[in-house]
Amino acid sequence: MNLLDIFKRRSSAPVARERLQVLLAYERRNRSQPDLVSILREEIMAVIAKHVQIDQDYLQVSMDRGETMSTLEIDIQIPNKSAVPMAMAG
Amino acid sequence: MGKVVVVTSGKGGVGKTTSTAALGAAVAKTGKKVALVDFDVGLRNLDLIMGAERRVVFDLVNVIQGTAKLSQALIRDKRVDTLFLLPASQTRDKDALTEEGVGEVIDKLRSVFDYVFCDSPAGIERGAQLAMRFADEAVIVTNPEVSSVRDSDRIIGLLDARTMRAEQGEQIAKHVLVTRYDAGRAARGEMLSIDDVLEILSVPLLGIIPESQDVLRASNLGAPVTLSEPLNTAAKAYIDAARRLEGEELPVIVPFERKGFLDRLLGRRAA
Repeated sequence: MNLLDIFKRRSSAPVARERLQVLLAYERRNRSQPDLVSILREEIMAVIAKHVQIDQDYLQVSMDRGETMSTLEIDIQIPNKSAVPMAMAG
Repeated sequence: MGKVVVVTSGKGGVGKTTSTAALGAAVAKTGKKVALVDFDVGLRNLDLIMGAERRVVFDLVNVIQGTAKLSQALIRDKRVDTLFLLPASQTRDKDALTEEGVGEVIDKLRSVFDYVFCDSPAGIERGAQLAMRFADEAVIVTNPEVSSVRDSDRIIGLLDARTMRAEQGEQIAKHVLVTRYDAGRAARGEMLSIDDVLEILSVPLLGIIPESQDVLRASNLGAPVTLSEPLNTAAKAYIDAARRLEGEELPVIVPFERKGFLDRLLGRRAA
């Protein structure tokens, strides 16, 4: 350990403070909004269920928020046996 | 009408149960009637910290389900006769607590006691929400450490949204109690300072409890530190915090590191 390391170690509390401030500003902003991802998940599920039989577990909805752009990822797995449209199956 | 105070934190292991016992005992010692209610259903520990684990016959869930009267379930402390404990049950049934049932018990306690301290389970799930539901005030126990502060912020959000008072448009009085504060590490910039924590959470400070072996020893012996060793630093900090909770205006002194020359030379930590 050299002298520089000692100084580096001293600065961990200010880093903690800054990280918390940024994170909490973001979390507080989102707290007031209803849970967007779970609402999307439910509505997407309802639309798909109208036409194809799928299990809840086969639908994954996730949102990745970036600074300038956010991505919404929807992953739907349709098992082959239930891929037959309901109108035909029924 | 008594005051209902929830002791909560979000994160586990920060000292909720220890603080509930220490604050409750400190208030009871001034002659006020105090009830401590353990909401940690399935993982009760307040009985152990209070040294009453072998005296538990009935619990909160029994009272809610009507199999025991409130007066049967309350355990009177052997050291302070105005201090009572209502233990949590060991049942694994998560739905054993109902909002209606908890409300009735709290109402009864409020009419008999001056203070009702609700020891919240960790987390933000049902148990934690029921513990805070009927509270008038909240003590948010926080360690000067990133994950604890973040969880406290989350709990503050819940206190302002999900409590009865918040829903009725009233304020719930909130206080931060910083526990396990290590003056030496804070001075060396290795730990968030009190100012950092208060600035981030923007909730007034109830007290600072220094990291202390005495608190651990008190838990080992089954006695709140404010009763067993009222003169040591941590106990004094709890007693002052309890006085502030009762509305007294006492300045908070940030603990500083007491180091002798030899300690400095050898780089020893303060106890």
